[in-house]
Amino acid sequence: MSELSVNHLLGIKYITEEDIQLIFETADHFKEVIHRPIKKVPSLRDITIANLFFENSTRTRLSFELAEKRLSADIVNFSAGSSSVKKGESLVDTVNNILSMKVDMVVMRHPNPGAGVFLSKHINASIINAGDGAHEHPTQALLDCYSIRDRLGDVAGKKVVIVGDILHSRVALSNIFALQKLGATVKVCGPKTLMPRHVESLGVTFEPNLIKALNWCDVANMLRVQNERMDISYFPSTREYTQQFGLNKTILDNLDKEIIVMHPGPINRGVEITSDVADSKQAIILDQVQNGLAVRMAVLYLLASKIKRNDN
Amino acid sequence: MYPEYVSEHFLMSQKTLLNATEIHVALHRLACQLIENHNDFSQTVLIGIQPRGGFLAKRLVSLLQNHYKIKDVQLGLLDTTFYRDDFRRSKKPLEANKTAIDFVIEDKKVVFIDDVLYTGRSIRSALTAIGDFGRPTEIELLTLIDRRFSRHLPIQPDYRGRQVDAIGGEKVKVCWHEHEGEDAVYLIKEQL
Repeated sequence: MSELSVNHLLGIKYITEEDIQLIFETADHFKEVIHRPIKKVPSLRDITIANLFFENSTRTRLSFELAEKRLSADIVNFSAGSSSVKKGESLVDTVNNILSMKVDMVVMRHPNPGAGVFLSKHINASIINAGDGAHEHPTQALLDCYSIRDRLGDVAGKKVVIVGDILHSRVALSNIFALQKLGATVKVCGPKTLMPRHVESLGVTFEPNLIKALNWCDVANMLRVQNERMDISYFPSTREYTQQFGLNKTILDNLDKEIIVMHPGPINRGVEITSDVADSKQAIILDQVQNGLAVRMAVLYLLASKIKRNDN
Repeated sequence: MYPEYVSEHFLMSQKTLLNATEIHVALHRLACQLIENHNDFSQTVLIGIQPRGGFLAKRLVSLLQNHYKIKDVQLGLLDTTFYRDDFRRSKKPLEANKTAIDFVIEDKKVVFIDDVLYTGRSIRSALTAIGDFGRPTEIELLTLIDRRFSRHLPIQPDYRGRQVDAIGGEKVKVCWHEHEGEDAVYLIKEQL
């Protein structure tokens, strides 16, 4: 097993446990590369990658861009805000125009769930989903699991609680798939209004009490409250959310055991977690960012290796 | 085509190029040649080229330290997968290995160590890869088996255990006691 079973990374649900392990093993090698004096390898020097961001992003976009540069790929960037999308061009037209410039891979973030899958059926390039609406964000889940493996040695057998806005979160869904494929047990915690209906059908259990959930787990993944996706009020006030589901240092210090705190960023300091938790040694938030670079390099490298050269 | 009852084993022939004693002698000679050129190894680092060069490199280091009493020989492992020129061209996917160079190579003499020198492409990629760790004063190449007349690039070894003539369809296999259970070098060819 040294090749991915897929030609695109559209979501964790489409890949196997072996694929995830291969990505992790390759990421280990790239983690060593990014600590060298010259942090760049020439593997993808004949590959052109388009970064299409139809939705705002800071760290995912920077991380992908840096990963592509570290692999020596040529890149073109696109953001919807300053493009012809505003003039009414369709997704397929936009992407086909970009592809006629001979682009081999597309990294795409889009507000509509399934945009990546749709695109993969219409265009001839390798697609990486960098977040599609409230559906999936596969590279975030991969780097979260990689960070758990990095800190605890293995993901299998670990207990992970995902706290917060599960309803609007693509990070939560991808994380649930990835953690379960790797053999972890997952609980979700948060206001009942922010839980998807039938969330148990994903094989997770719902725990409404934060303290109970934290006492159970090895790892707590504190999600951001996504105000921009909330068209109605899901909880009475931010203050009430913080009182019930916010993690502060007192709660953390009073737990029976030492847990790991994760956050996919950007942090609303003082809402999901307080500053002293975010900056404590139990938080691995900055490790997640560093591991994200190695994991994205691994995904790009492994998918690129499946694009066969056509020299004729 | 051969009928099915002719087994695969029957179609392969294996010739011993070096036995355990001959490997032992060759390793001692290579170690002595290294000492001639590098004295106490204070300005020299040895780099095993992954995946197979590491076995030879570790053997040489243990010989230099235990038999020739040279202290502190620095040994690193270099994987060149991400620098290979057959990425997306070879039928089999390339598999990366560990790189472990936890010392500075800037202004040092580097000796690349690999078991078989064939086309020279691995060494070409190793020359590119080592540049990412710094600028050595010079780079030498040591190989146990040098396959003559098969180079694709102008690369020659500075130290060689044995020079062999092997044609395209033939394969040279180096076995190590630690890994395969015996010290031997075989020439494997398909009989057609």
